[in-house]
Amino acid sequence: MIETQTALKTRMEVKNLNFYYGFNQALKNINMPIYDRKVTALIGPSGCGKTTLLRCLNRMHDLYPGNRYEGDILLDGESIFNMDVIELRSRVGMVFQKPTPFPMSIFDNVAFGLRLKGIKGTELKDRVEKALKDAALWDEVKDRLKDSAFSLSGGQQQRLCIARAIAVEPEVLLFDEPTSALDPISTAKIEELIVELKKKITIVIVTHNMQQAARISDYTGFMYLGELIEFNPTEKIFTKPDEKLTEDYVTGRFG
Amino acid sequence: MSRKTRRKLFSNFMLFVSFLTAVYGIFWLFWILGSLFINGFKYLRPELIYLDPTPPGQEGGGLRPAFVGHLIITSLATVIGVPMGIMAGIYFAEYGRNSKFFMTIRQITDIMVSTPSILMGAVVYAVLVKPVGHFNGFSGAVALALLMLPVIAITTDEMLKLVPKEMREAAYALGAYKWQVIKDVVMRAAKVGIMTGVILGVARIAGETAPLLFTSFNNNVLTFDLRDPMASLTVTMFNYVMGPYHYWHQQAWAAAFILTMGVLLLSIWAKVLLHRNLLEPLFYIVRSIAGKKGG
Repeated sequence: MIETQTALKTRMEVKNLNFYYGFNQALKNINMPIYDRKVTALIGPSGCGKTTLLRCLNRMHDLYPGNRYEGDILLDGESIFNMDVIELRSRVGMVFQKPTPFPMSIFDNVAFGLRLKGIKGTELKDRVEKALKDAALWDEVKDRLKDSAFSLSGGQQQRLCIARAIAVEPEVLLFDEPTSALDPISTAKIEELIVELKKKITIVIVTHNMQQAARISDYTGFMYLGELIEFNPTEKIFTKPDEKLTEDYVTGRFG
Repeated sequence: MSRKTRRKLFSNFMLFVSFLTAVYGIFWLFWILGSLFINGFKYLRPELIYLDPTPPGQEGGGLRPAFVGHLIITSLATVIGVPMGIMAGIYFAEYGRNSKFFMTIRQITDIMVSTPSILMGAVVYAVLVKPVGHFNGFSGAVALALLMLPVIAITTDEMLKLVPKEMREAAYALGAYKWQVIKDVVMRAAKVGIMTGVILGVARIAGETAPLLFTSFNNNVLTFDLRDPMASLTVTMFNYVMGPYHYWHQQAWAAAFILTMGVLLLSIWAKVLLHRNLLEPLFYIVRSIAGKKGG
Protein backbone atom coordinates (compact mmCIF):
# COMPACT_ATOMS: atom_id res chain seq x y z
CA MET A 1 0.00 0.00 0.00
CA ILE A 2 2.01 2.91 -1.29
CA GLU A 3 -0.72 5.50 -1.63
CA THR A 4 -1.45 7.53 1.44
CA GLN A 5 -4.94 7.84 2.81
CA THR A 6 -5.06 11.54 2.13
CA ALA A 7 -4.93 10.90 -1.62
CA LEU A 8 -8.05 8.75 -1.39
CA LYS A 9 -11.52 9.89 -2.11
CA THR A 10 -14.18 8.64 0.28
CA ARG A 11 -17.18 7.31 -1.61
CA MET A 12 -19.23 6.23 1.40
CA GLU A 13 -18.88 6.90 5.07
CA VAL A 14 -20.44 5.05 7.97
CA LYS A 15 -20.88 7.34 10.97
CA ASN A 16 -21.76 6.21 14.50
CA LEU A 17 -24.02 3.53 13.11
CA ASN A 18 -26.11 1.39 15.45
CA PHE A 19 -28.49 -1.15 14.03
CA TYR A 20 -31.23 -3.10 15.76
CA TYR A 21 -33.25 -6.15 14.78
CA GLY A 22 -36.21 -5.38 17.02
CA PHE A 23 -34.66 -5.02 20.48
CA ASN A 24 -31.55 -6.89 19.50
CA GLN A 25 -28.61 -4.61 18.78
CA ALA A 26 -26.63 -6.09 15.90
CA LEU A 27 -24.22 -3.25 15.16
CA LYS A 28 -22.52 -1.07 17.77
CA ASN A 29 -21.26 2.36 16.88
CA ILE A 30 -19.61 1.57 13.56
CA ASN A 31 -17.38 4.22 11.98
CA MET A 32 -15.79 3.38 8.70
CA PRO A 33 -14.84 4.98 5.40
CA ILE A 34 -15.37 3.24 2.06
CA TYR A 35 -12.79 4.50 -0.40
CA ASP A 36 -13.57 5.21 -4.01
CA ARG A 37 -12.61 2.50 -6.49
CA LYS A 38 -11.05 0.30 -3.85
CA VAL A 39 -12.11 -3.12 -2.61
CA THR A 40 -13.08 -3.05 1.03
CA ALA A 41 -13.43 -6.44 2.72
CA LEU A 42 -15.40 -7.16 5.87
CA ILE A 43 -14.19 -10.18 7.80
CA GLY A 44 -15.02 -11.73 11.13
CA PRO A 45 -16.54 -14.83 12.70
CA SER A 46 -20.13 -15.88 11.98
CA GLY A 47 -22.71 -13.62 13.57
CA CYS A 48 -20.29 -10.71 13.98
CA GLY A 49 -22.55 -8.39 11.96
CA LYS A 50 -20.58 -8.08 8.73
CA THR A 51 -23.52 -9.02 6.51
CA THR A 52 -25.80 -6.82 8.61
CA LEU A 53 -23.47 -3.89 8.03
CA LEU A 54 -23.30 -4.63 4.30
CA ARG A 55 -27.09 -4.70 4.06
CA CYS A 56 -27.27 -1.31 5.78
CA LEU A 57 -25.36 0.23 2.90
CA ASN A 58 -28.24 -0.18 0.45
CA ARG A 59 -30.95 -0.19 3.15
CA MET A 60 -31.90 -3.79 2.42
CA HIS A 61 -33.13 -4.00 6.01
CA ASP A 62 -35.98 -1.64 5.09
CA LEU A 63 -37.73 -4.62 3.49
CA TYR A 64 -38.53 -6.18 6.84
CA PRO A 65 -40.47 -4.60 9.67
CA GLY A 66 -38.95 -3.99 13.09
CA ASN A 67 -35.46 -3.05 11.90
CA ARG A 68 -34.01 0.23 13.12
CA TYR A 69 -30.97 2.32 12.23
CA GLU A 70 -29.27 4.96 14.36
CA GLY A 71 -26.46 7.18 13.16
CA ASP A 72 -25.75 7.88 9.54
CA ILE A 73 -24.29 6.57 6.32
CA LEU A 74 -23.15 9.02 3.66
CA LEU A 75 -22.95 8.41 -0.06
CA ASP A 76 -21.03 11.21 -1.80
CA GLY A 77 -21.60 13.30 1.28
CA GLU A 78 -25.37 12.86 1.32
CA SER A 79 -27.18 10.77 3.93
CA ILE A 80 -28.63 7.59 2.40
CA PHE A 81 -31.50 7.84 4.84
CA ASN A 82 -32.64 11.08 3.20
CA MET A 83 -32.46 9.51 -0.24
CA ASP A 84 -35.20 7.76 -2.13
CA VAL A 85 -34.50 4.12 -1.41
CA ILE A 86 -35.13 3.14 -5.05
CA GLU A 87 -32.55 5.66 -6.22
CA LEU A 88 -30.11 4.54 -3.53
CA ARG A 89 -30.36 0.92 -4.66
CA SER A 90 -29.71 1.79 -8.26
CA ARG A 91 -26.55 3.59 -7.13
CA VAL A 92 -25.49 0.91 -4.65
CA GLY A 93 -25.90 -2.53 -6.22
CA MET A 94 -25.69 -5.92 -4.56
CA VAL A 95 -24.63 -9.47 -5.38
CA PHE A 96 -25.78 -12.23 -3.06
CA GLN A 97 -24.31 -15.36 -1.58
CA LYS A 98 -26.36 -17.72 -3.71
CA PRO A 99 -26.74 -16.94 -7.40
CA THR A 100 -30.18 -15.39 -7.84
CA PRO A 101 -31.05 -15.50 -11.54
CA PHE A 102 -34.60 -14.44 -12.32
CA PRO A 103 -36.89 -16.91 -14.09
CA MET A 104 -36.37 -15.38 -17.52
CA SER A 105 -33.81 -15.43 -20.33
CA ILE A 106 -30.15 -14.54 -19.90
CA PHE A 107 -30.73 -11.31 -21.84
CA ASP A 108 -33.80 -10.33 -19.83
CA ASN A 109 -31.94 -10.92 -16.59
CA VAL A 110 -29.27 -8.38 -17.46
CA ALA A 111 -31.86 -6.06 -19.00
CA PHE A 112 -34.02 -6.12 -15.86
CA GLY A 113 -32.46 -3.18 -14.04
CA LEU A 114 -32.04 -1.22 -17.28
CA ARG A 115 -35.70 -1.60 -18.19
CA LEU A 116 -36.62 -0.35 -14.72
CA LYS A 117 -34.80 2.83 -15.69
CA GLY A 118 -36.75 3.00 -18.95
CA ILE A 119 -33.88 2.07 -21.26
CA LYS A 120 -35.07 0.45 -24.52
CA GLY A 121 -34.09 -0.61 -28.02
CA THR A 122 -30.51 -0.58 -29.26
CA GLU A 123 -29.24 1.18 -26.16
CA LEU A 124 -30.65 -1.67 -24.10
CA LYS A 125 -28.97 -4.26 -26.33
CA ASP A 126 -25.64 -2.46 -26.23
CA ARG A 127 -25.67 -2.07 -22.48
CA VAL A 128 -26.59 -5.71 -21.91
CA GLU A 129 -23.72 -6.74 -24.16
CA LYS A 130 -21.32 -4.41 -22.40
CA ALA A 131 -22.36 -5.66 -18.96
CA LEU A 132 -21.94 -9.28 -20.02
CA LYS A 133 -18.51 -8.48 -21.43
CA ASP A 134 -17.50 -6.65 -18.26
CA ALA A 135 -18.64 -9.66 -16.25
CA ALA A 136 -16.50 -11.94 -18.46
CA LEU A 137 -19.54 -13.95 -19.47
CA TRP A 138 -20.22 -12.69 -22.99
CA ASP A 139 -18.18 -15.33 -24.86
CA GLU A 140 -19.93 -18.14 -23.04
CA VAL A 141 -23.49 -16.88 -23.58
CA LYS A 142 -23.50 -14.73 -26.72
CA ASP A 143 -25.13 -17.48 -28.81
CA ARG A 144 -27.76 -18.38 -26.25
CA LEU A 145 -29.01 -15.06 -24.87
CA LYS A 146 -32.60 -16.26 -25.22
CA ASP A 147 -32.00 -19.39 -23.14
CA SER A 148 -33.27 -19.54 -19.59
CA ALA A 149 -30.82 -18.23 -17.01
CA PHE A 150 -31.31 -21.45 -15.08
CA SER A 151 -29.51 -23.34 -17.85
CA LEU A 152 -26.21 -21.77 -16.73
CA SER A 153 -23.86 -23.37 -14.23
CA GLY A 154 -23.61 -21.98 -10.69
CA GLY A 155 -20.48 -19.96 -11.46
CA GLN A 156 -21.97 -18.59 -14.67
CA GLN A 157 -25.17 -17.70 -12.82
CA GLN A 158 -23.17 -15.72 -10.30
CA ARG A 159 -21.35 -13.84 -13.08
CA LEU A 160 -24.75 -13.23 -14.67
CA CYS A 161 -25.90 -11.67 -11.39
CA ILE A 162 -22.78 -9.49 -11.41
CA ALA A 163 -23.52 -8.48 -15.02
CA ARG A 164 -27.08 -7.65 -14.00
CA ALA A 165 -25.84 -5.54 -11.10
CA ILE A 166 -23.20 -3.61 -13.09
CA ALA A 167 -25.50 -3.05 -16.08
CA VAL A 168 -27.19 -0.18 -14.23
CA GLU A 169 -23.75 1.34 -13.63
CA PRO A 170 -23.82 1.61 -9.84
CA GLU A 171 -21.21 3.65 -8.00
CA VAL A 172 -20.82 1.03 -5.31
CA LEU A 173 -21.27 -2.73 -5.55
CA LEU A 174 -21.85 -4.84 -2.45
CA PHE A 175 -20.87 -8.52 -2.46
CA ASP A 176 -22.26 -10.79 0.24
CA GLU A 177 -20.00 -13.85 0.27
CA PRO A 178 -20.32 -14.16 -3.49
CA THR A 179 -18.19 -17.28 -3.85
CA SER A 180 -19.19 -19.37 -0.85
CA ALA A 181 -21.47 -21.53 -3.03
CA LEU A 182 -18.93 -21.95 -5.83
CA ASP A 183 -16.03 -24.25 -6.69
CA PRO A 184 -12.40 -22.99 -6.70
CA ILE A 185 -12.26 -22.34 -10.46
CA SER A 186 -15.48 -20.29 -10.47
CA THR A 187 -14.24 -18.55 -7.34
CA ALA A 188 -11.00 -17.57 -9.04
CA LYS A 189 -12.94 -16.14 -11.99
CA ILE A 190 -15.15 -14.05 -9.73
CA GLU A 191 -12.14 -12.79 -7.77
CA GLU A 192 -10.39 -11.76 -10.99
CA LEU A 193 -13.56 -10.03 -12.03
CA ILE A 194 -13.81 -8.08 -8.78
CA VAL A 195 -10.25 -6.84 -9.15
CA GLU A 196 -11.06 -5.81 -12.72
CA LEU A 197 -14.30 -4.06 -11.70
CA LYS A 198 -12.68 -1.86 -9.06
CA LYS A 199 -11.21 0.25 -11.83
CA LYS A 200 -14.67 1.72 -12.24
CA ILE A 201 -16.71 0.73 -9.21
CA THR A 202 -16.24 0.94 -5.47
CA ILE A 203 -16.56 -2.53 -3.98
CA VAL A 204 -17.46 -3.80 -0.54
CA ILE A 205 -17.21 -7.53 0.01
CA VAL A 206 -18.19 -9.68 2.96
CA THR A 207 -16.21 -12.87 3.08
CA HIS A 208 -15.66 -15.84 5.33
CA ASN A 209 -12.54 -16.63 3.48
CA MET A 210 -9.57 -14.70 4.85
CA GLN A 211 -7.33 -15.67 1.95
CA GLN A 212 -9.90 -14.15 -0.35
CA ALA A 213 -9.87 -10.90 1.58
CA ALA A 214 -6.08 -10.89 1.51
CA ARG A 215 -6.00 -11.61 -2.22
CA ILE A 216 -8.44 -9.08 -3.53
CA SER A 217 -9.06 -6.30 -1.05
CA ASP A 218 -7.26 -3.02 -0.47
CA TYR A 219 -8.85 -2.32 2.89
CA THR A 220 -10.17 -4.71 5.48
CA GLY A 221 -12.51 -4.22 8.39
CA PHE A 222 -12.43 -6.84 11.10
CA MET A 223 -15.68 -7.17 13.01
CA TYR A 224 -16.47 -8.99 16.21
CA LEU A 225 -19.75 -9.16 18.13
CA GLY A 226 -21.29 -6.25 16.27
CA GLU A 227 -18.29 -3.98 16.63
CA LEU A 228 -15.72 -2.89 14.10
CA ILE A 229 -12.55 -3.87 15.91
CA GLU A 230 -10.11 -2.65 13.33
CA PHE A 231 -10.12 -0.99 9.93
CA ASN A 232 -6.85 -0.74 8.07
CA PRO A 233 -5.15 -1.43 4.75
CA THR A 234 -5.43 -5.16 4.07
CA GLU A 235 -1.69 -5.65 4.14
CA LYS A 236 -1.45 -4.22 7.62
CA ILE A 237 -4.40 -6.28 8.91
CA PHE A 238 -2.74 -9.48 7.78
CA THR A 239 0.85 -8.65 8.76
CA LYS A 240 0.91 -6.38 11.78
CA PRO A 241 -2.58 -5.48 12.94
CA ASP A 242 -3.07 -2.87 15.63
CA GLU A 243 -5.40 -5.02 17.69
CA LYS A 244 -4.57 -8.26 19.47
CA LEU A 245 -8.04 -9.63 18.62
CA THR A 246 -7.48 -9.07 14.91
CA GLU A 247 -4.18 -10.86 15.07
CA ASP A 248 -5.74 -13.82 16.88
CA TYR A 249 -8.44 -14.04 14.23
CA VAL A 250 -6.28 -13.74 11.14
CA THR A 251 -3.77 -16.22 12.49
CA GLY A 252 -6.59 -18.68 13.09
CA ARG A 253 -6.53 -18.71 16.85
CA PHE A 254 -10.33 -18.38 16.94
CA GLY A 255 -13.21 -17.89 14.57
CA MET B 1 -37.88 -66.22 15.91
CA SER B 2 -35.19 -63.60 16.11
CA ARG B 3 -35.94 -59.96 16.63
CA LYS B 4 -34.79 -59.18 13.14
CA THR B 5 -37.07 -61.74 11.44
CA ARG B 6 -40.00 -60.55 13.52
CA ARG B 7 -39.39 -56.97 12.48
CA LYS B 8 -39.05 -57.97 8.89
CA LEU B 9 -42.29 -59.98 8.97
CA PHE B 10 -44.15 -57.12 10.59
CA SER B 11 -42.77 -54.67 8.05
CA ASN B 12 -43.82 -56.87 5.15
CA PHE B 13 -47.26 -57.39 6.65
CA MET B 14 -47.82 -53.64 7.10
CA LEU B 15 -46.56 -53.00 3.59
CA PHE B 16 -49.08 -55.51 2.29
CA VAL B 17 -51.92 -53.86 4.25
CA SER B 18 -51.00 -50.41 2.88
CA PHE B 19 -50.90 -51.88 -0.58
CA LEU B 20 -54.40 -53.35 -0.11
CA THR B 21 -55.86 -50.05 1.07
CA ALA B 22 -54.42 -48.33 -1.98
CA VAL B 23 -55.85 -51.02 -4.25
CA TYR B 24 -59.22 -50.66 -2.50
CA GLY B 25 -59.38 -46.97 -3.34
CA ILE B 26 -58.17 -47.35 -6.89
CA PHE B 27 -60.52 -50.28 -7.50
CA TRP B 28 -63.65 -48.16 -6.94
CA LEU B 29 -62.26 -45.28 -8.94
CA PHE B 30 -61.58 -47.55 -11.88
CA TRP B 31 -64.94 -49.24 -11.55
CA ILE B 32 -66.72 -45.91 -11.75
CA LEU B 33 -64.54 -44.70 -14.61
CA GLY B 34 -64.87 -48.07 -16.35
CA SER B 35 -68.65 -48.21 -16.30
CA LEU B 36 -68.75 -44.57 -17.30
CA PHE B 37 -66.51 -45.24 -20.27
CA ILE B 38 -68.40 -48.35 -21.39
CA ASN B 39 -71.89 -46.86 -21.05
CA GLY B 40 -70.94 -43.34 -22.02
CA PHE B 41 -69.07 -44.40 -25.10
CA LYS B 42 -71.91 -46.68 -26.17
CA TYR B 43 -74.42 -43.83 -26.28
CA LEU B 44 -72.11 -41.20 -27.65
CA ARG B 45 -73.74 -39.57 -30.72
CA PRO B 46 -72.65 -36.42 -32.54
CA GLU B 47 -76.27 -35.14 -32.45
CA LEU B 48 -75.91 -34.88 -28.69
CA ILE B 49 -73.92 -31.69 -29.15
CA TYR B 50 -75.76 -29.93 -31.95
CA LEU B 51 -79.45 -30.89 -31.54
CA ASP B 52 -81.93 -29.37 -29.10
CA PRO B 53 -83.89 -31.61 -26.76
CA THR B 54 -87.09 -33.17 -28.10
CA PRO B 55 -90.33 -32.88 -26.15
CA PRO B 56 -90.29 -35.37 -23.26
CA GLY B 57 -91.07 -38.91 -24.37
CA GLN B 58 -90.12 -38.36 -27.98
CA GLU B 59 -86.82 -40.10 -28.67
CA GLY B 60 -83.84 -38.44 -30.33
CA GLY B 61 -82.65 -34.89 -29.99
CA GLY B 62 -79.57 -33.67 -28.16
CA LEU B 63 -78.31 -31.50 -25.34
CA ARG B 64 -77.13 -28.44 -27.22
CA PRO B 65 -78.48 -25.93 -24.65
CA ALA B 66 -76.70 -27.76 -21.87
CA PHE B 67 -73.35 -27.90 -23.68
CA VAL B 68 -73.52 -24.23 -24.64
CA GLY B 69 -74.80 -23.17 -21.22
CA HIS B 70 -72.14 -25.17 -19.42
CA LEU B 71 -69.43 -23.58 -21.49
CA ILE B 72 -70.80 -20.07 -20.91
CA ILE B 73 -71.27 -20.53 -17.17
CA THR B 74 -67.85 -22.10 -16.52
CA SER B 75 -66.06 -19.60 -18.76
CA LEU B 76 -67.72 -16.64 -17.09
CA ALA B 77 -67.01 -18.14 -13.67
CA THR B 78 -63.36 -18.48 -14.69
CA VAL B 79 -63.23 -14.90 -15.93
CA ILE B 80 -64.66 -13.64 -12.64
CA GLY B 81 -62.99 -16.08 -10.24
CA VAL B 82 -59.43 -16.38 -11.56
CA PRO B 83 -58.35 -12.71 -11.42
CA MET B 84 -60.00 -12.25 -8.04
CA GLY B 85 -58.41 -15.42 -6.70
CA ILE B 86 -54.96 -14.53 -7.96
CA MET B 87 -55.18 -11.00 -6.61
CA ALA B 88 -56.34 -12.27 -3.21
CA GLY B 89 -53.44 -14.75 -3.22
CA ILE B 90 -50.95 -11.99 -4.05
CA TYR B 91 -52.33 -9.91 -1.22
CA PHE B 92 -52.02 -12.76 1.27
CA ALA B 93 -48.46 -13.59 0.25
CA GLU B 94 -47.01 -10.13 -0.36
CA TYR B 95 -48.94 -7.59 1.66
CA GLY B 96 -51.02 -9.26 4.36
CA ARG B 97 -48.23 -11.23 6.07
CA ASN B 98 -47.88 -8.83 8.96
CA SER B 99 -51.53 -8.03 9.44
CA LYS B 100 -53.59 -10.08 11.90
CA PHE B 101 -56.74 -9.08 10.09
CA PHE B 102 -55.62 -10.47 6.76
CA MET B 103 -54.16 -13.60 8.27
CA THR B 104 -57.58 -14.25 9.81
CA ILE B 105 -59.13 -13.86 6.38
CA ARG B 106 -56.52 -16.27 5.06
CA GLN B 107 -57.63 -18.84 7.64
CA ILE B 108 -61.25 -18.32 6.68
CA THR B 109 -60.27 -18.87 3.06
CA ASP B 110 -58.89 -22.26 4.10
CA ILE B 111 -62.25 -23.11 5.60
CA MET B 112 -64.08 -21.81 2.52
CA VAL B 113 -62.38 -24.45 0.37
CA SER B 114 -64.31 -27.14 2.17
CA THR B 115 -67.65 -25.31 2.28
CA PRO B 116 -70.39 -27.54 0.86
CA SER B 117 -70.98 -26.19 -2.63
CA ILE B 118 -74.76 -26.16 -2.16
CA LEU B 119 -74.28 -23.47 0.50
CA MET B 120 -72.59 -21.25 -2.04
CA GLY B 121 -75.60 -21.82 -4.29
CA ALA B 122 -77.94 -20.81 -1.49
CA VAL B 123 -75.98 -17.64 -0.76
CA VAL B 124 -76.02 -16.59 -4.40
CA TYR B 125 -79.70 -17.50 -4.61
CA ALA B 126 -80.43 -15.03 -1.83
CA VAL B 127 -78.33 -12.28 -3.42
CA LEU B 128 -78.77 -12.66 -7.16
CA VAL B 129 -81.85 -14.81 -7.79
CA LYS B 130 -84.45 -13.90 -5.17
CA PRO B 131 -84.24 -10.12 -5.72
CA VAL B 132 -84.51 -10.59 -9.50
CA GLY B 133 -87.38 -13.02 -9.15
CA HIS B 134 -86.17 -15.74 -11.50
CA PHE B 135 -83.25 -18.08 -12.09
CA ASN B 136 -80.51 -16.72 -14.34
CA GLY B 137 -77.25 -17.86 -15.90
CA PHE B 138 -75.21 -15.03 -14.42
CA SER B 139 -75.94 -16.12 -10.85
CA GLY B 140 -74.74 -19.63 -11.74
CA ALA B 141 -71.44 -18.24 -12.95
CA VAL B 142 -71.10 -16.16 -9.78
CA ALA B 143 -71.77 -19.20 -7.58
CA LEU B 144 -69.08 -21.18 -9.39
CA ALA B 145 -66.67 -18.23 -9.29
CA LEU B 146 -67.11 -18.05 -5.51
CA LEU B 147 -66.34 -21.75 -5.30
CA MET B 148 -63.10 -21.49 -7.21
CA LEU B 149 -61.98 -18.23 -5.58
CA PRO B 150 -60.55 -19.76 -2.38
CA VAL B 151 -58.89 -22.63 -4.26
CA ILE B 152 -57.04 -20.21 -6.52
CA ALA B 153 -56.27 -17.71 -3.75
CA ILE B 154 -54.68 -20.42 -1.62
CA THR B 155 -52.68 -21.98 -4.46
CA THR B 156 -51.41 -18.55 -5.47
CA ASP B 157 -50.45 -17.75 -1.89
CA GLU B 158 -48.62 -21.06 -1.45
CA MET B 159 -46.83 -20.78 -4.77
CA LEU B 160 -45.70 -17.21 -4.07
CA LYS B 161 -44.39 -18.28 -0.69
CA LEU B 162 -42.19 -20.86 -2.42
CA VAL B 163 -40.30 -18.14 -4.30
CA PRO B 164 -36.96 -17.75 -2.49
CA LYS B 165 -36.46 -14.59 -0.44
CA GLU B 166 -33.12 -14.04 -2.16
CA MET B 167 -34.80 -13.70 -5.54
CA ARG B 168 -37.00 -10.88 -4.26
CA GLU B 169 -34.07 -9.18 -2.56
CA ALA B 170 -32.05 -9.37 -5.77
CA ALA B 171 -34.84 -7.55 -7.60
CA TYR B 172 -35.13 -4.90 -4.87
CA ALA B 173 -31.36 -4.46 -4.95
CA LEU B 174 -31.63 -3.38 -8.58
CA GLY B 175 -33.90 -0.53 -7.59
CA ALA B 176 -37.30 -2.08 -8.31
CA TYR B 177 -40.52 -1.00 -6.66
CA LYS B 178 -42.51 -3.60 -4.79
CA TRP B 179 -45.13 -3.96 -7.52
CA GLN B 180 -42.39 -4.43 -10.12
CA VAL B 181 -40.77 -7.12 -8.02
CA ILE B 182 -44.10 -8.92 -7.69
CA LYS B 183 -45.14 -8.53 -11.33
CA ASP B 184 -41.84 -9.16 -13.09
CA VAL B 185 -40.02 -11.58 -10.82
CA VAL B 186 -42.15 -13.25 -8.17
CA MET B 187 -45.21 -13.89 -10.35
CA ARG B 188 -43.00 -15.14 -13.15
CA ALA B 189 -41.25 -17.58 -10.84
CA ALA B 190 -44.59 -18.86 -9.53
CA LYS B 191 -46.36 -18.76 -12.90
CA VAL B 192 -46.53 -22.48 -13.55
CA GLY B 193 -47.73 -23.29 -10.06
CA ILE B 194 -50.43 -20.64 -10.26
CA MET B 195 -51.50 -21.89 -13.70
CA THR B 196 -51.84 -25.36 -12.23
CA GLY B 197 -54.01 -23.98 -9.45
CA VAL B 198 -56.19 -22.21 -12.00
CA ILE B 199 -56.67 -25.35 -14.09
CA LEU B 200 -57.47 -27.44 -11.03
CA GLY B 201 -59.90 -24.72 -9.92
CA VAL B 202 -61.67 -24.84 -13.27
CA ALA B 203 -61.74 -28.63 -13.15
CA ARG B 204 -63.25 -28.41 -9.70
CA ILE B 205 -66.17 -26.20 -10.71
CA ALA B 206 -66.77 -27.84 -14.09
CA GLY B 207 -68.37 -30.82 -12.41
CA GLU B 208 -70.54 -28.93 -9.88
CA THR B 209 -74.32 -29.45 -9.82
CA ALA B 210 -75.55 -28.26 -6.46
CA PRO B 211 -74.70 -24.54 -6.74
CA LEU B 212 -76.34 -24.41 -10.16
CA LEU B 213 -79.64 -25.92 -9.01
CA PHE B 214 -80.57 -22.72 -7.17
CA THR B 215 -79.04 -20.27 -9.58
CA SER B 216 -78.86 -20.94 -13.30
CA PHE B 217 -81.32 -23.83 -12.96
CA ASN B 218 -82.15 -25.33 -16.36
CA ASN B 219 -83.48 -24.46 -19.78
CA ASN B 220 -84.67 -26.64 -22.62
CA VAL B 221 -84.11 -23.86 -25.13
CA LEU B 222 -80.76 -22.63 -26.27
CA THR B 223 -79.99 -19.22 -24.81
CA PHE B 224 -77.02 -16.89 -24.73
CA ASP B 225 -78.76 -14.39 -22.49
CA LEU B 226 -77.28 -14.42 -19.01
CA ARG B 227 -80.54 -13.04 -17.61
CA ASP B 228 -82.35 -16.23 -18.60
CA PRO B 229 -82.24 -19.52 -16.80
CA MET B 230 -79.45 -21.45 -18.44
CA ALA B 231 -78.97 -25.17 -18.92
CA SER B 232 -75.80 -26.90 -17.78
CA LEU B 233 -74.56 -30.42 -18.33
CA THR B 234 -74.56 -31.28 -14.67
CA VAL B 235 -78.09 -30.09 -13.91
CA THR B 236 -79.40 -31.68 -17.12
CA MET B 237 -77.74 -34.96 -16.20
CA PHE B 238 -79.26 -34.74 -12.75
CA ASN B 239 -82.74 -34.24 -14.22
CA TYR B 240 -82.36 -36.86 -16.92
CA VAL B 241 -81.13 -39.53 -14.56
CA MET B 242 -84.15 -38.91 -12.33
CA GLY B 243 -86.45 -38.96 -15.37
CA PRO B 244 -88.57 -41.87 -16.60
CA TYR B 245 -87.31 -42.26 -20.16
CA HIS B 246 -84.68 -44.73 -21.19
CA TYR B 247 -83.16 -42.48 -23.84
CA TRP B 248 -82.75 -39.75 -21.21
CA HIS B 249 -80.59 -42.10 -19.17
CA GLN B 250 -78.55 -42.89 -22.25
CA GLN B 251 -78.01 -39.22 -23.03
CA ALA B 252 -77.06 -38.60 -19.40
CA TRP B 253 -74.41 -41.36 -19.65
CA ALA B 254 -72.99 -39.81 -22.78
CA ALA B 255 -72.97 -36.32 -21.24
CA ALA B 256 -71.31 -37.65 -18.09
CA PHE B 257 -68.67 -39.29 -20.26
CA ILE B 258 -67.89 -36.08 -22.11
CA LEU B 259 -67.80 -33.98 -18.94
CA THR B 260 -65.57 -36.46 -17.12
CA MET B 261 -63.22 -36.61 -20.07
CA GLY B 262 -63.03 -32.83 -20.06
CA VAL B 263 -62.25 -32.63 -16.34
CA LEU B 264 -59.79 -35.51 -16.63
CA LEU B 265 -57.96 -33.80 -19.47
CA LEU B 266 -57.80 -30.56 -17.46
CA SER B 267 -56.31 -32.39 -14.48
CA ILE B 268 -53.80 -34.21 -16.65
CA TRP B 269 -52.84 -30.95 -18.30
CA ALA B 270 -52.26 -29.43 -14.87
CA LYS B 271 -50.09 -32.36 -13.80
CA VAL B 272 -48.03 -32.32 -16.98
CA LEU B 273 -47.52 -28.59 -16.71
CA LEU B 274 -46.50 -28.89 -13.09
CA HIS B 275 -44.04 -31.67 -13.69
CA ARG B 276 -42.46 -30.38 -16.83
CA ASN B 277 -42.00 -26.70 -16.15
CA LEU B 278 -41.75 -26.84 -12.40
CA LEU B 279 -38.49 -28.68 -12.80
CA GLU B 280 -36.69 -25.47 -13.62
CA PRO B 281 -37.36 -23.45 -10.46
CA LEU B 282 -37.28 -26.69 -8.50
CA PHE B 283 -33.76 -27.36 -9.71
CA TYR B 284 -32.92 -23.84 -8.75
CA ILE B 285 -34.18 -24.38 -5.22
CA VAL B 286 -32.47 -27.76 -4.88
CA ARG B 287 -29.26 -26.29 -6.23
CA SER B 288 -29.28 -23.38 -3.88
CA ILE B 289 -30.03 -25.60 -0.89
CA ALA B 290 -27.28 -28.03 -1.80
CA GLY B 291 -24.96 -25.11 -2.65
CA LYS B 292 -24.15 -26.89 -5.88
CA LYS B 293 -20.71 -26.34 -7.31
CA GLY B 294 -20.37 -25.38 -10.94
CA GLY B 295 -17.93 -23.70 -13.26
